[in-house]
Amino acid sequence: MRSGPVVDLIEYTSERLNKVDLLSGGEMLLRALHDEGVEIIFGYPGGAVLHIYDAIFNQDKVEHILVRHEQAATHAADGYARASGKPGVVLVTSGPGATNAITGIATAYMDSIPMVVISGQVERRFIGSDGFQETDMVGISRPIVKHSFMVQDPAEIPLIVKKAFHIATTGRPGPVVIDIPKDVTDPKDKLPYDYPKSINMRSYSVPAKGHTGQIKKAVDILLSAKRPMIFAGGGVIQGEGSALLTRLTKKLGYPITNTLMGLGAFPGTHKQCLGMLGMHGTYEANMAMHYSDVVLGIGVRFDDRVTNSDVSKFCPDAKILHVDIDPASISKTVTADVPIVGSVSSVLKEMLAQVEQSTTRRDKKSLAIWWKQIEHWRERDSLAIPESEGEIIKPQSVIQTLFEITRGDAYISSDVGQHQMFAAQHYPFAKPRRWINSGGLGTMGFGLPAAMGVQFAFPDAVSVCVTGEGSFQMNIQEFATCMQYKLPIKVICLNNRALGMVKQWQDMQYGGRYSHSTYADSLPDFAKLAEAYGHVGIRIEKKSQLKEKMQEAFELKDKLVFVDVLVDPEEHVYPMAIKGGAMKDMILSKTERT
Amino acid sequence: MRHLISVLLENEPGALSRVVGLFSQRNYNIESLTVAPTEDRSLSRLTLTTIGDDRKIEQITKHLNKLVDVVKLVDLTEGAHVERELMLIKVKASGAQRAEIKRTTDIFRGQIVDMTQNTYAIQLTGSSIKLDAYIAAIGGNIVLEVARSGVTGISRGEKILSL
Ligand SMILES: Cc1ncc(C[n+]2csc(CCOP(=O)(O)OP(=O)(O)O)c2C)c(N)n1
Ligand SMILES: [Mg+2]
Repeated sequence: MRSGPVVDLIEYTSERLNKVDLLSGGEMLLRALHDEGVEIIFGYPGGAVLHIYDAIFNQDKVEHILVRHEQAATHAADGYARASGKPGVVLVTSGPGATNAITGIATAYMDSIPMVVISGQVERRFIGSDGFQETDMVGISRPIVKHSFMVQDPAEIPLIVKKAFHIATTGRPGPVVIDIPKDVTDPKDKLPYDYPKSINMRSYSVPAKGHTGQIKKAVDILLSAKRPMIFAGGGVIQGEGSALLTRLTKKLGYPITNTLMGLGAFPGTHKQCLGMLGMHGTYEANMAMHYSDVVLGIGVRFDDRVTNSDVSKFCPDAKILHVDIDPASISKTVTADVPIVGSVSSVLKEMLAQVEQSTTRRDKKSLAIWWKQIEHWRERDSLAIPESEGEIIKPQSVIQTLFEITRGDAYISSDVGQHQMFAAQHYPFAKPRRWINSGGLGTMGFGLPAAMGVQFAFPDAVSVCVTGEGSFQMNIQEFATCMQYKLPIKVICLNNRALGMVKQWQDMQYGGRYSHSTYADSLPDFAKLAEAYGHVGIRIEKKSQLKEKMQEAFELKDKLVFVDVLVDPEEHVYPMAIKGGAMKDMILSKTERT
Repeated sequence: MRHLISVLLENEPGALSRVVGLFSQRNYNIESLTVAPTEDRSLSRLTLTTIGDDRKIEQITKHLNKLVDVVKLVDLTEGAHVERELMLIKVKASGAQRAEIKRTTDIFRGQIVDMTQNTYAIQLTGSSIKLDAYIAAIGGNIVLEVARSGVTGISRGEKILSL
């Protein structure tokens, strides 16, 4: 393989030299970020990036946010990207800075979030010598990035930055790493700077529009379905397809379900929406999937949390129509009868047009029977909140109260565990990009930094973090970042004094042997802790205080308020898929199953 | 089934490790791998053999295509093609054995490229099956060392893999 510099960007004529600026590598990086439209980066300094930090100091175009841990920088950039649709940008130093960023990169990779991570590296002459704070970042991050670059020469910076953003944001989005050796950013080496206006890479192309013939085939099958189901995932949100999907679904009058990543792709508040499907999906969504005769999956990847572990039992009678921008997602786990590779929005647009023109008549009679069946399943009310005794607070009712107080219009970032599932189930999202959670990797510690990213993207919006006392302690240091930047995030902690989701599995599969899932005696007083950081802390222990105290928290508009709600530690998340079963096989409560 | 896949790859640092990494990451196996620059120095051609059912091979080619460094690829086993592997093999060769080995080598159209009093170094090209057959024919017990290049290939007829 070739080594050494690749300087193929621009031939500098002497005339041009007069017009362009002479910049150091560090300055070029900042200028390139600005030229790319980047307004904000999340980072943490260290030796290998000090030249870059000095360049940051000397400009005012790109704002840098100082977090307290590099993992939080990646999650904050990720939350920013999920909420705004713009790429998140991260800057970390070499070695430990880079490795700390790994969990956040993997989180973004699993959920296809556009992100550019710039990591410092030791000087070129030290690479491979186990130098101080040297780590092979390109190697370590390889399986969890869409692509990566190691800058070999300062002159490459503009082109590499251009390529990195192009790759991160187009096609199926994902994180891209740019590893920059320290001497490449040396302020003494000045070079002419010119940012490429466009980019054309022979080895990277984005799938164009979906194949018209395939779309026609899919539309025909869809229109003649007797028991159709639409199934929308994170790709609809990432691909800005929500409005089109909503139009198509309403036009067809078909039932629809969203995945955990797709919540808000179609409004959860609309009557055609059967709620979330999958492991903790609603009874009606899972039943309807199982008994459907046509499934239209859009921007989904038939993940095992949806299909359950045995794909041979998945939707036994259904023809599968699968739309995705990533050809490798199609027929990876579930074989598609009609695969359509293309951007969700272009395919939906064409589908809508074809549905409008098609002469195929919908089978209104079968559809009416189908809806009747679905309403029957719906009456089961699988998300009904169990009655609580006395002043005990059910975690689900906290989410319900949160929905009421915020009128369903907040940005909800979540951590991972039971609280995450309760939030997904009980806070129906009417809009895309409002539900910010780590679906693919399931990263505890995601919630607070992600909520910070959301707040930076939308300073005036209500940014809520729904968390558990376990997850919150994984990035609790970000309390300090929130203070520094005066972020008025509302943290709602469903405090069950346990790693609740782990405990639930131990209840169900390990005879209630709580191996390392409880720690009630050693929990901090979160409200006081929040106050120690300069925030407001509220503790709620009684059901009768829930609404009033939560309201109080939301009235403190310019403060971060940590609301520590002591919830019923015995509560489980239901419905829950039965392992190895089909989608229709669910546990519905501690005593009932399908 | 065994597949022979040829890939045109950007001749960039790290490109090869991305291809190899993909296979271990997704639990695909690589039977053999060859790689070298092409007549266009900015491109390498990588040829690998792998085993899997159609579904797996489809995933492998899709994931390879997704790698940003991969410019183009072809599954040569889908059509008529020529495939070759080079083997350098050192064997014990003394006394009466020498004539016998020479004869077998001639039958397989191999060449003796180096010799000492007690050894021959032999060069042989052909399909992997032919190379296996040669080793079987001379008898495994006289083999001292085997260096095989891995399989490379090219399609027959007008079809070409280029930009
Ligand atoms: C970083 C990380 N480590 C471990 C896990 C496994 N895990 C999933 S949920 C969970 C418990 C989370 O506890 P808490 O945040 O209190 O949420 P709860 O389930 O109690 O609502 C654990 C340990 C994980 N998802 N992420
Ligand atoms: Mg907990």
